[in-house]
Amino acid sequence: MYKLSKQRVLMILAVCLVGVVLSVPNFVPKSVKLPTWWQPVSLGLDLQGGSNLLLEVNMKEVVRERIGLLEDAVRQSLREHRIRYQNLSAGADSVKVKIDNYNARTQAMGYFKKLEDGLEVTTDENGTIEIKYSEQALNMLAKRVIDQSIEIVRRRIDELGTKEPVIQSQGSSRIVVQLPGVQNPEEVKALLGKTAKMSFHLVDSRTTAGDAKRGKLSNTSRIINSAEGGQLVIQRKAAVGGENLTDAQVAFQDGGAVVSFKFNTIGGKKFGEVTKNNVGERLAIVLDNEVISAPTIQGPILGGSGVITGNFSAEEANNLAMLLRSGALPAPLEILEERTVGAGLGADSIKDGVFASIVGLVAVVVFMILAYGLFGLFTTITVLINLVLMLGAMSFIGTTLTLPGIAGIILTIGMAVDANVLIFERMREEVKNGRTPRDAADTGFTEAWSTIVDSNLTTLVAAAVLFWFGTGPVRGFAVTLSIGILTSMFTSVTVTRLIITYWLNRFKPTKLPIQ
Amino acid sequence: MRIFSWITKDTNIDFLKPRKLTYAISIFLVLASVWLMFFHGFNYGIDFSGGVLMEIKSENKINVEQIRQKLSVLGLDELTLQSLGEEGNELMIRAQADNANEESQRIAIVKIKEILGSSYEYRRVESVGPQVGDELKRAGVIASVIAILAICAYVWFRFEWQFALGALLGLFHDIIITVGFLSLFDFDISLTTVAAILTLAGYSINDTVVNYDRIRENLRKFKKMSQYDLINKSINDIFSRTILTGLTTLCAAVALFAFGGDALRSFSFVILFGVIIGTYSSIYISCVFLNVFDLRKTQEKRAQDVNPFGNV
Repeated sequence: MYKLSKQRVLMILAVCLVGVVLSVPNFVPKSVKLPTWWQPVSLGLDLQGGSNLLLEVNMKEVVRERIGLLEDAVRQSLREHRIRYQNLSAGADSVKVKIDNYNARTQAMGYFKKLEDGLEVTTDENGTIEIKYSEQALNMLAKRVIDQSIEIVRRRIDELGTKEPVIQSQGSSRIVVQLPGVQNPEEVKALLGKTAKMSFHLVDSRTTAGDAKRGKLSNTSRIINSAEGGQLVIQRKAAVGGENLTDAQVAFQDGGAVVSFKFNTIGGKKFGEVTKNNVGERLAIVLDNEVISAPTIQGPILGGSGVITGNFSAEEANNLAMLLRSGALPAPLEILEERTVGAGLGADSIKDGVFASIVGLVAVVVFMILAYGLFGLFTTITVLINLVLMLGAMSFIGTTLTLPGIAGIILTIGMAVDANVLIFERMREEVKNGRTPRDAADTGFTEAWSTIVDSNLTTLVAAAVLFWFGTGPVRGFAVTLSIGILTSMFTSVTVTRLIITYWLNRFKPTKLPIQ
Repeated sequence: MRIFSWITKDTNIDFLKPRKLTYAISIFLVLASVWLMFFHGFNYGIDFSGGVLMEIKSENKINVEQIRQKLSVLGLDELTLQSLGEEGNELMIRAQADNANEESQRIAIVKIKEILGSSYEYRRVESVGPQVGDELKRAGVIASVIAILAICAYVWFRFEWQFALGALLGLFHDIIITVGFLSLFDFDISLTTVAAILTLAGYSINDTVVNYDRIRENLRKFKKMSQYDLINKSINDIFSRTILTGLTTLCAAVALFAFGGDALRSFSFVILFGVIIGTYSSIYISCVFLNVFDLRKTQEKRAQDVNPFGNV
């Protein structure tokens, strides 16, 4: 083939043009507004500065809580049906109860199965029944808990006014939170560290904490720590739950900060009833298993709203109001990993990366020119177009450029010339075998093609695995490397060919510069 | 002008001749590396070991000893301080909180910040829990193994099984020796290092495949040539390409090593080292090893499988 068809030439030029157009946003000042599909490469947190948190939802805690509720349900069911039982106990993931009578046991198992969907009820030879959640039910629970948690985390972070946070689930029990521009994540961490589970409990006025410790505790009550100091005995069952709250705000009363709250209709009704029936009793406001305050009910509160007084500073009251507004997390979150990069370091990394890229590029180009002369110059054009295409592709796909990603670009510069080297060496051989320059050039391209594909695809395989198993910056590196391999395969074959064909037609050389 | 044109000249080197020596060198290096791995161990970064890492910067030169004394009251395990940057105004602090859990690490960060105060710029603050570290370690090993197997599967698919075996040997050779070097020089092992090792695997296999491609082609072209000569000829045919590509990649890697900043230092070291060891192993392990098989027999067998009446 001595000529490239018009369509092919147009196709090649079109691809290059698209690459140029797509990479333009990277050189436009940030103040210029561009459409969403025409954006510069987004920078990873390691380059623009920011904080990355990996949170884990404590699923064990969730399951334990559910099992606790299940135990109550089992007890109630047994009492309702007047079945005699022994050793009712709740473990980490199952409820166990012993029923000696065979018929009663079979009957009870039937009742238990109907308590809730997704329960597995089994029995052993001693007559002990074990009730637990099926694998499927647990997975669904986990998914629901994660989704809920993400929602709550998002609300809390939004309250702080963080710009463009990324909040995603990772695996079955984790949440990744990325906060661009956040240099000091302490505030965020403090907010995410609280479950903010609030509920109102009547104080058991007949039992003092001291009595309770000596064993005079009825099984409907429990001991709890108070933020005001000491301990209180409260009813196990919440009078009103925090899920009925609709709003919470900071207010000031008698010179101190308080948190005012509003209930929805159901909550308001319940709260009204409780306060009406228990005038003179104390109502404990419990947050995350600690009593904030336990005021005495002065009279019925029927409006569906109230205030929480405590020893709050304005800031504490503000945080509490915010936490109550955003809702309770279904389970405690643990911070497994935290990575914060300052904007200064990010900027330095970009500076170093760009400088290293330029040095690398110049070195490779000079080297190629010194080795291949004119064809080396052609390679230079190819490499530059490759860079533009890479940048364009990365901008368009919305890849996040990370520091290792920059390294990927620099390496691609070095490795991308491989295809050209393969082609040129092949041409040299063909000339040696007695072909004319034109013929040799043509055969060089065709013969080198399968080698280029094979060698690049193997690297692509490695990059794919990196993408699969890597997280964060490493993933960014794999994407950059893959894009680089694909664009360099394109440019080194098509663009080089275009230039060389043009050169052959225009100058009709009798000798190739690589000979 | 073309002062490097000597590279693009034909060579006629007998690569197979010193194979006893090169095998011996490779086996020695691999064994030494394995020994280092087990008895010297690695300098794991916090990605894998868990812990706290901070980088601070000050207007003036930082007195490392003074900071060490200030921080010693916290009783942190394995507290290491390392000066960064040319002017000595940057410092890396690494520590393990005493009872190694996420919460104590969080507290450690807050305390370090309290002690050092706000006159420093906190350029990097990282905390990785021990659990995550273990998981990342496992994921890193799994990723590397799967990458190698996937690459070899591809080679098997495109060539013969002997080639896949040769490629596998070459890859293990490169990775083990590189890892041994990382151990010997106590380089920081982080997730980025794993990425670098896999990139080097990609480079090495790329080189190997180019050689294999030529061997396959020549097997078809030169039916009468002895296998020994054929492998040698194939390596020589593309030797200039091997050197050129190696050198251009080295150019890029050196630029990265010299100017890419501290964060990419161990990454670029692996690549630098990898280009050299990868080029060596492609020839002296992956290709030379093929000579133990009778490649022509497999090739003929395959041809017969495809067309049982081919010789009629």
